[in-house]
Amino acid sequence: MDPECARLLPALCDVLADPRQPVADDTCLEKLLDWFKAVTEAGSSLLLLQDHPCLVELLFHVLKPQDLSSRILSFVLRLAGIFAAQENCFQYLQQGELLPGLFGEPGPLGAAAWAAPSVRSGWIQGLHSLAQHPSALRFLADSGAVDTIFSLQGDPSLFVASAAGQLLVRVLDLALCGPAEGHISLQAWDWPACARKIVCHLEDCLRSEATPRVTQALHVLTTAFGHCHGLWTQGLWVQLSPLVARLLEKDPVPAPHALVDLLLSVARSSMLSSDPGLWETAAQTLSRLSPTQAGPLAAGILKLQDCPQALRIQAFGVLLQPLAFVLEATAQAPGMPGLLEGAAGDLMAVDTLPPSKSACVGLLCSALAHLELLQPLPQRPSPWPQAPLLAAVVAILRLCNGSAAPNSEAGGRLCAMLGGCVRVQRAALDFLGVLSQGLGPQELVTQVFAILLEYLVSPDSSPTVLKKAFQATLCWLLSSAAPPGCCDLEPYAQLVLGELLSVLRKRLCSPCWEVRDSGLEFLTQMTRHQGGQAGFRQALLASEVPELTRQLLQDPESYVRASAVAAVGQLSSWGLLAAPSSPEHAATPQKTPLEELLLVLTTDSEGFPRRAVMRVFTEWLRDGYADVAEDPERFVARVLQAASGDLDWEVRVQGLELALAFLEQLLGPCGPSAVAPPGALAQALQALCRVQLFEFAFRSLFDCDRPVAQKSCDLLLFLRAKAIPSSNSQEAGDGPDVTSVEAALRRWQAGEQGQPLGELAPEAVLAVLRSMDLEALQDTLAESSDHVERSPQSLLQDMLATVGVLGDNEADCY
Amino acid sequence: MKLYCLSGHPTLPCNVLKFKSTTIMLDCGLDMTSTLNFLPLPLVQSPRLSNLPGWSLKDGNAFLDKTELIDLSTVDVILISNYHCMMALPYITEHTGFTGTVYATEPTVQIGRLLMEELVNFIERVPKAQSASLWKNKDIQRLLPSPLKDAVEVSTWRRCYTMQEVNSALSKIQLVGYSQKIELFGAVQVTPLSSGYALGSSNWIIQSHYEKVSYVSGSSLLTTHPQPMDQASLKNSDVLILTGLTQIPTANPDSMVGEFCSNLALTVRNGGNVLVPCYPSGVIYDLLECLYQYIDSAGLSSIPFYFISPVANSSLEFSQIFAEWLCHNKQTKVYLPEPPFPHAELIQTNKLKHYPSIHGDFSNDFRQPCVVFTGHPSLRFGDVVHFMELWGKSSLNTVIFTEPDFSYLEALAPYQPLAMKCIYCPIDTRLNFIQVSKLLKEVQPLHVVCPEQYTQPPPAQSHRMDLMVDCQPPAMSYRRAEVLALPFKRRYEKIEIMPELADSLVPMEIKPGISLATVSAVLHTKDNKHVLQPPPRPTQPTGGKKRKRASDDIPDCKVLKPLLSGSIPVDQFVQTLEKHGFSDIKVEDTAKGHIVLLQEAETLIQIEEDSTHIICDDDEVLRVRLRDLVLKFLQKF
Repeated sequence: MDPECARLLPALCDVLADPRQPVADDTCLEKLLDWFKAVTEAGSSLLLLQDHPCLVELLFHVLKPQDLSSRILSFVLRLAGIFAAQENCFQYLQQGELLPGLFGEPGPLGAAAWAAPSVRSGWIQGLHSLAQHPSALRFLADSGAVDTIFSLQGDPSLFVASAAGQLLVRVLDLALCGPAEGHISLQAWDWPACARKIVCHLEDCLRSEATPRVTQALHVLTTAFGHCHGLWTQGLWVQLSPLVARLLEKDPVPAPHALVDLLLSVARSSMLSSDPGLWETAAQTLSRLSPTQAGPLAAGILKLQDCPQALRIQAFGVLLQPLAFVLEATAQAPGMPGLLEGAAGDLMAVDTLPPSKSACVGLLCSALAHLELLQPLPQRPSPWPQAPLLAAVVAILRLCNGSAAPNSEAGGRLCAMLGGCVRVQRAALDFLGVLSQGLGPQELVTQVFAILLEYLVSPDSSPTVLKKAFQATLCWLLSSAAPPGCCDLEPYAQLVLGELLSVLRKRLCSPCWEVRDSGLEFLTQMTRHQGGQAGFRQALLASEVPELTRQLLQDPESYVRASAVAAVGQLSSWGLLAAPSSPEHAATPQKTPLEELLLVLTTDSEGFPRRAVMRVFTEWLRDGYADVAEDPERFVARVLQAASGDLDWEVRVQGLELALAFLEQLLGPCGPSAVAPPGALAQALQALCRVQLFEFAFRSLFDCDRPVAQKSCDLLLFLRAKAIPSSNSQEAGDGPDVTSVEAALRRWQAGEQGQPLGELAPEAVLAVLRSMDLEALQDTLAESSDHVERSPQSLLQDMLATVGVLGDNEADCY
Repeated sequence: MKLYCLSGHPTLPCNVLKFKSTTIMLDCGLDMTSTLNFLPLPLVQSPRLSNLPGWSLKDGNAFLDKTELIDLSTVDVILISNYHCMMALPYITEHTGFTGTVYATEPTVQIGRLLMEELVNFIERVPKAQSASLWKNKDIQRLLPSPLKDAVEVSTWRRCYTMQEVNSALSKIQLVGYSQKIELFGAVQVTPLSSGYALGSSNWIIQSHYEKVSYVSGSSLLTTHPQPMDQASLKNSDVLILTGLTQIPTANPDSMVGEFCSNLALTVRNGGNVLVPCYPSGVIYDLLECLYQYIDSAGLSSIPFYFISPVANSSLEFSQIFAEWLCHNKQTKVYLPEPPFPHAELIQTNKLKHYPSIHGDFSNDFRQPCVVFTGHPSLRFGDVVHFMELWGKSSLNTVIFTEPDFSYLEALAPYQPLAMKCIYCPIDTRLNFIQVSKLLKEVQPLHVVCPEQYTQPPPAQSHRMDLMVDCQPPAMSYRRAEVLALPFKRRYEKIEIMPELADSLVPMEIKPGISLATVSAVLHTKDNKHVLQPPPRPTQPTGGKKRKRASDDIPDCKVLKPLLSGSIPVDQFVQTLEKHGFSDIKVEDTAKGHIVLLQEAETLIQIEEDSTHIICDDDEVLRVRLRDLVLKFLQKF
């Protein structure tokens, strides 16, 4: 502990012990605890207490009957726990009978303060901290704390109840993982008394008819198997698994969610997953629980690296069941391969879905979400039923938009339940997008495109659904451009594209900005991937979409303008932004896209479009876009000028990014310090001076927004590495006079940004670069801005300041 | 209680309810779909229309009228729920001998008048040289091309009414306000409630002291311009008559408005014109409001919007003055002071211009590309006919249908072939089936009555079980020209007792909380009010003063035997019989009670819930003895 903190500590302890003093707030106390924890972890707690008797006094102070606030009481309990975590310190505190006073019967347990949840929570956390050594275990056993923990499991405060469960696990672990672990028997009846007591309690709970008690026990077991890896966990599972299995015989199965959590936690534990009984229980659980409850278990099982194949098939069946039901209910004619064929079709009768709409929607959504997560995994079930899954998703989407016409009664019910349901539509479209990574029979792919188009065309699609439909369409269009990259779209996809563009045209005129925005995003992505394909180019140029996109640069919504900027950037880099053909525009000369975007950069009132322009410009510069490549210097100069005056720091960062791209073009890419050849360097420096890059970079170095300064620092470091060989970095003797430049920089650093730097010669730049300690600056900038305020010293000062101990500001009451 | 169903059109209902000796007509909508059988009436002589093969300009305009199911002169009152549902009023009030009263809210009457005025104006300004009616003869009609030959009851089609008839019909209307209680002949009380669909639109409650019938017609739960729907007052109905649901249950009005705006912008940006056939009031206010917000964002501020109707000006101005009938949001604007509808600002800034017709000022101001709102949505008459002819040939132009009353394909038929784009964005804010089922769950009527169209999915989407009224017990359905006996019996009637008579009653408590008293009185019934009055005293002969006063109090009627109540506990009764010397008693249980058999005396006592018989052979003494024993167990009063 540093001396300043040590000096402040007694005063702080006095404040904390004084019930009349208002304590700052809970976050201060939390920070204080964090600090003490760090201090005790670094050194001996015993020494700390001996050096600072005020701390012991504070702990003892609590034992006196008085009106301490529950916050302070809770704080002291936790603090005592932190100190007592070290055995010698524990003994030191025990000598003064402090610990029984705090944690035993005479303490807050019996007092009125116990009614406050924060005190109960502090009591548990204190014990949790101190339960680290055999002495603590004895203390816990003797003080009767374990019984209190049992009762706290049912505490009305969920935080307390959950912490009580965790504490039980901690105690178990402590009792069984001691130095004698090698001798711990796998049989629970040989265990220490304290552990036996807990196990008995868990058994009682599992046998109980009251669901909350069963849930408590399951939570405790889940935590134990999830966090503890001692051999004893095996013994515990052997002892309790029959009781867990017996839960499945009850109707309904109590606490299904907690049960699923427990089974998954056991299955993930390397110690226990070899137990064949586990897989049996899991299989039984899958078949006993309702599809909604079993879904998470099935998904968890399928994500496991190794588990019996039969169980995997069964679990997959659970996930597929709702989709299989949909397929069956909507089947126009028999003959379509069923989803569950060859899986566990005989295990489950595909006959029912939940009767209520919300339950049915929930089941479908979770099944779709689970399958979506499974699809990309290497351990996903194989064979993956791609075709029936596609058919099922298409059927669901048809039910949702009312275009399905099922004959069966079940289909009719589904139709009524799913009609217009946005949640299911979103989940199904997400999954459909993921399914594009696999192929499907042509006939189904045709259906996929048809339903996607229906969604895109339908005025009833909500903006979020539409966005997902656009994303899924993009996935499918890209996946049907096979073989990747070199060939046009398939003929069918080409056909779809035509219709798609006419939909897009209308969507770009939508009164709803989200729709315009997702339309533009789709266009940008599509162009990025397909901009070079003749089929796509033809279709796009024949539509009015490019012209509409250009018009959306004036959209009233800034997000839309930003997306329009990105789209215009992408379109024009592929040469797809033809001049408009309509006669009324012919008279006025059309601005080039570059000019239009520069206009946005200099005039737009919102940050998003300007940031988007900077991103496009950087991309253009990197990719050698024609208009830029003509005269890159002029381009960079204009952009940097605009960006340097921008109020949005992200735009300025983007400006530096663009400057970096320009540097890389002149000096070669950022690499292992390859110094540029002198001739090229001189030319490059001239160019950099002409575009006033240095003025921008130096100014940014002292920017009030840290990311800008950091970026600029990186840029200058890069430049220095390129321009000045490390060997002669100190040879600045006969350089040009840079005092005026340095003076200006100092003024900038002091916050006077008004004065320009004036003309800079390359030599002067190099000299300044040499003289600046950029590394030190980089280190300073790397520290977070509140590093001063976060020190413990500052914390103590703050806490004292709030109660007026530090200052001389005795309240003046006149 | 009977319901006579005169209209087969669920959104243009016309029903007659006979309830407690009153005859109440609920709405009189005018089904104008038959006009689609006729050619458009052009403002300018159109050689194309008049030369169409196989067609000739015949009878101008005909409308379906009511069947002779009921003598309309017996109708006591007509309740109007909204301005679309009163368009047949002149046919009923002017030519049937109707002498009753019509009840409607003020905006309904004013806007209904505008609609009628527009209709009459559209028809009368293109007078016909000749008219034909011979074809209505069934034998000739059979020879006509389809669909005319399949049309039903063409003989009841009528010519359009005149302005004079309109004025006369409207003069019979009495204005009412929401929640106002109107007594009809003392028998029933009717009350209009806000229905949320249009300015002044109302649902009606028709109730007597013990029965309540709700009439729900054209209601909306969406937040548009009118006052929101009053659902709470519909609770506890015995019967709820449900009509006027949305005609396009699959189209969500919000998405249709979005579609409308997108298509409008797309057309105008390409230099095309947009034509919106519409009524002069209603959805147009909401459309203008949406456009007001949209045009700037879509960069359409330089595009002129024209609203052409003989009543355009009145419609736009009326909408601003009915503040009390508007939704809360718009009401508050009145105090700001701001006009409740933003179309006022559109007019001020010259973005929206309105004209009575295409003649006159409009032809000077007309500038393209533009957006034109005009009637009639059937495309058979009105200024819209001119624009269809003018713009139909160019594929740059678009016609956007927003009114759901007419099939747009049929409306377009006489204009084919058409190059113009056609967009169908029907905007119908009336209740859809999901909202109906929520409403019924909340309101909990005992019985629901609705047109048969609502009790099954639409024919084109027979699998959509969600597109029908779903309630328990199942809704009763009606079809045109059907008489429905409503499924509840009136069981109680309220009768008042005169104070002096009530004073003389001496109630006796027979059970805790229930007291009874006998009353002798005269029931006086007048104007459907029933009053119990004290019985008249006997007319005193002249010179009666000499008689003893005591005789004054003897009532005229004979002495009444006391009334009995209570039940006979059989076991105790048998014990009593035994105590009184009867022996050899057998008790048999029957379905209705017990039979006590006195075998020795050959006597039978039947004890049932509501009667007791003593059957013995001519032994009057025994009978009286037994009777007195029975009476011991009963209370008398």
